[in-house]
Amino acid sequence: MIVLTVIVGLLMAVGLFIFLTAAVGMIRFPDFYSRLHPAGMIDCMGVLLTMGGLALFALFDGGISLASFLNFAKIVLIVVFIYITSPTATHAIIDAGMRAGLQPWTKKKDM
Amino acid sequence: MSDKNEKNRSVSVDKDERRLKPIPFAITFLVMFALWLVLSGKFDAFHMGLGVISCLIVAAMSSDLLITNTTFSTIPGLWGRFLMYFPWLLWQIVLSNIHVLKLVYSRDPLTRINPQMVYFKSRLKNDMALVTFANSITLTPGTITVALSVYGDYAVHAIDDTTAGGLPGDMETKSGHIFGE
Repeated sequence: MIVLTVIVGLLMAVGLFIFLTAAVGMIRFPDFYSRLHPAGMIDCMGVLLTMGGLALFALFDGGISLASFLNFAKIVLIVVFIYITSPTATHAIIDAGMRAGLQPWTKKKDM
Repeated sequence: MSDKNEKNRSVSVDKDERRLKPIPFAITFLVMFALWLVLSGKFDAFHMGLGVISCLIVAAMSSDLLITNTTFSTIPGLWGRFLMYFPWLLWQIVLSNIHVLKLVYSRDPLTRINPQMVYFKSRLKNDMALVTFANSITLTPGTITVALSVYGDYAVHAIDDTTAGGLPGDMETKSGHIFGE
């Protein structure tokens, strides 16, 4: 059981570190479009690692039973739906920016 | 019966479109019912009966939305190839996450990044292959699909030269391979 706790804790710690990195990146990057890139890290790695940790914990903590498998399946479904919808939402928001005429920040402008 | 026919005529000209197709209906029902069982978690007759009724209604109304193609022999191979593709995609996501992470924590991110638009034309033809490729690009940090046309013209926003140089790359070949291209 201690092995499970260590693995789950490690997964969630790395996942939360990704969340922190994404927040820092959103502050440090220069414009709307480049800030979407670290925001995308939350959608894939952050969610995958934290939800993966939770799913393992839900499945193995207290023995594998039908109830624990159902909880595991629900958490996996969360990840699946986020993986389908979040790129679509990111695309919608960047497309809206382009249509509104916001020019991307480029390096050459500064030099 | 005559009432039903009149309704059909007024709603759509093509009767074949309105007719319930058995195989898409069955697949939709099974997917809906599996989801119902997972989300409800109650396996007594009352709750499963409610599930069967609701899933029948939903499947009757929307089976043509979930399953749009008419050939079913390709579906198992398609899902098999997709499951082969997904671990590779996850590995790419891990690699590019580490790349963006380094950029975020670099001493001076404004000199390290070089945001740019990349335009390229894909050789993929299948709609689903194009969408899968576009979603894969967006899921990988460092590249976001801005626009995609039905002819395969992509506009991608990339955060620096490394991620921009990786396009279209292996991802196009592999996501095309899922759909047999």
